[in-house]
Amino acid sequence: MKLHRLLLAPSLGTILIFMALPISLTTLYSVLSPAQYGGVIWQPSAEAYVRLLFERDIFDDTLTFNADYLQILGRSVVQAGLATILCLLIGLPTAWFIATRPAGKKSLWLMLVTVPYWVNLLVRTIALLLILRDEGPVNGALQSLGLTDGPLSLAYNNFAIGLGLVSSFLPFMILPLYAAIERFDFSLLEAAYDLHASRWQAVWSVILPILRPGLIAGGLLVFIPGIGSYLAPDILGGGKTLMLGNLIGMQFQGSRNWPFGAALSTVLMTVTLVALILVARRAAREEA
Amino acid sequence: MQHASEACQLIGLGRSYGRGASAHRALDGIDLSIRANEFFTLLGPSGCGKTTLLRLIAGFDQPTSGQISIFGEDVAGLPPEDRPVNTVFQHYALFPHLTVAQNVGFALRMLGSPQSEIAASVARMVALVGLEGMEHRRPDQLSGGQKQRVALARALAPGPKILLLDEPLSALDAKLRQRMRSELKALQRETGITFVFVTHDQDEALAMSDRIAVMQGGRVQQLGRPDEIYEAPANRFVADFIGGANLIPARIGSQGAEAEGLGVIPATGEPGAAVTLVIRPERLAILPATQKAKDDLGPLTVVERIYMGNELSFRLEGAAVPLHVTLPRGGLRGALDFSPGDRVALRPEAGAIRVLAS
Ligand SMILES: Nc1ncnc2c1ncn2[C@@H]1O[C@H](COP(=O)(O)OP(=O)(O)OP(=O)(O)O)[C@@H](O)[C@H]1O
Ligand SMILES: [Mg+2]
Repeated sequence: MKLHRLLLAPSLGTILIFMALPISLTTLYSVLSPAQYGGVIWQPSAEAYVRLLFERDIFDDTLTFNADYLQILGRSVVQAGLATILCLLIGLPTAWFIATRPAGKKSLWLMLVTVPYWVNLLVRTIALLLILRDEGPVNGALQSLGLTDGPLSLAYNNFAIGLGLVSSFLPFMILPLYAAIERFDFSLLEAAYDLHASRWQAVWSVILPILRPGLIAGGLLVFIPGIGSYLAPDILGGGKTLMLGNLIGMQFQGSRNWPFGAALSTVLMTVTLVALILVARRAAREEA
Repeated sequence: MQHASEACQLIGLGRSYGRGASAHRALDGIDLSIRANEFFTLLGPSGCGKTTLLRLIAGFDQPTSGQISIFGEDVAGLPPEDRPVNTVFQHYALFPHLTVAQNVGFALRMLGSPQSEIAASVARMVALVGLEGMEHRRPDQLSGGQKQRVALARALAPGPKILLLDEPLSALDAKLRQRMRSELKALQRETGITFVFVTHDQDEALAMSDRIAVMQGGRVQQLGRPDEIYEAPANRFVADFIGGANLIPARIGSQGAEAEGLGVIPATGEPGAAVTLVIRPERLAILPATQKAKDDLGPLTVVERIYMGNELSFRLEGAAVPLHVTLPRGGLRGALDFSPGDRVALRPEAGAIRVLAS
């Protein structure tokens, strides 16, 4: 009994130091006051949360509603959501293809999926920018083929950010889906056809419901890091269209408003947690 | 040429895996005519092509040669969902995410039947297989036998003209298997659906079938009623596979077949031809060598006495191959028991010895 607990000690310690402690600190900082050049003053204040929704007039302290930050939160959710859907549309057929290869070939295909990720994320993101920018190869090709007159603005917009998110997180969709399809009993598919299901009916009534745990896992693994992503919007969005990650980053760098940054982080964590709980609840309800 | 009474006709059906010299013929020229309302069994050892044949009929796989017609219609190119055939899979293949009721109603839902009709059909099917009260369970909450019933109900729900069953009883324990045998047989009689039943268990095949096709190496070795297959095996393979038999090499001599250590058995044939004598172990009486009459076989020596509860079996040596004799336990009257070392003779029942060319 004692020994069993000892086995858990390393992971519990890791969780304590690298998760519980930072999360508690973040939450704590979010209810303190900002110091002038970064850091916090040990003086309780809800100002950071007020600032999320309202703008305080510098002269008479009146509050007016300000949707700017909510918009950024909303945009982050939408961007991450779109990236998740795209990853799903690309990842599902890919994972299916890999999982149905002969036994010896699967690991080769899986390795190919991970090859781009041997390169650092920053380098990859910059590479994507170089490809998409006005003087980049895509625009060059389009123009020399005479398909477009001037360069299409592919970089520095939501499209570029979306592309960045998809290319960063695609393997996190493919790998859990692969694992789910790998376990899938293909005689169920034959049973479906035998029982008069068409191709599409088989997909909707048998394949997708059975792959659901994999779909959920992949979805969360893309959506959660996507919503807080920093590099893609920073580099591919050119700092013009902010996502939550950039806003948080700014609070700890230029603006030096640690409590506000901490409050934003806390909101992000809460949104994520609520989403997770909802998904888990639904899954549990459908199990029963 | 097609008769209305023919549920499924297979003509020169072949299925090969691989190409060229390494090609493996899983099915090699199968000609079969399965009659409507028949309980038809494909019986054969593992790897003889039973599942391959079922998959061709169901449409999961395409033949490399030959033709399949179902109720007179050539089904080449017809996908499984369009064939009037349903399958009970060897490992059931129940949909794990659906309840018993949803599994049973699956086919009608796919066919777009109205809700009320689906509900009525599910209720009827669930009652037919005796699963009332379990409609809302999921497959992982069922025992093996219950899963088997769900698979049966699910396959029967869309009203197939032919039901294919791939070793449906092999995953059940002996006792349940016995009971399901009678239930399946009764179900087939009630519904009047043509059953094509696959098994490698000869008892199962003999007990349930109207007709049996014994398969080996991708070919049909013999087709016939259970009693025909058992009493008159067409070749050594069938004789040995069904019920076990003593296969004794012999040579045709002037008075009959001469078998080493046994004597002469009445038989006609080309003098000098090698033949195989087929004798079922239970159609031999065993007696002390001192009582040996002229037409009895032997003498032989008992080398093993095997007690099996309802029967007693002896292994005898002295002939070209070891012989087996089985006595029903009730038929043993004290004096008839023997122990290893005893010298005995054998008295075959009239007509018990079949002579096959070898
Ligand atoms: N996809 C395949 N590729 C190559 N060979 C195959 C394939 N499927 C089956 N075979 C071969 O075809 C032969 C018949 O297989 P099949 O599954 O029909 O046997 P079976 O009679 O159903 O056996 P069992 O009683 O073990 O289920 C076997 O020798 C098998 O190895
Ligand atoms: Mg099989």
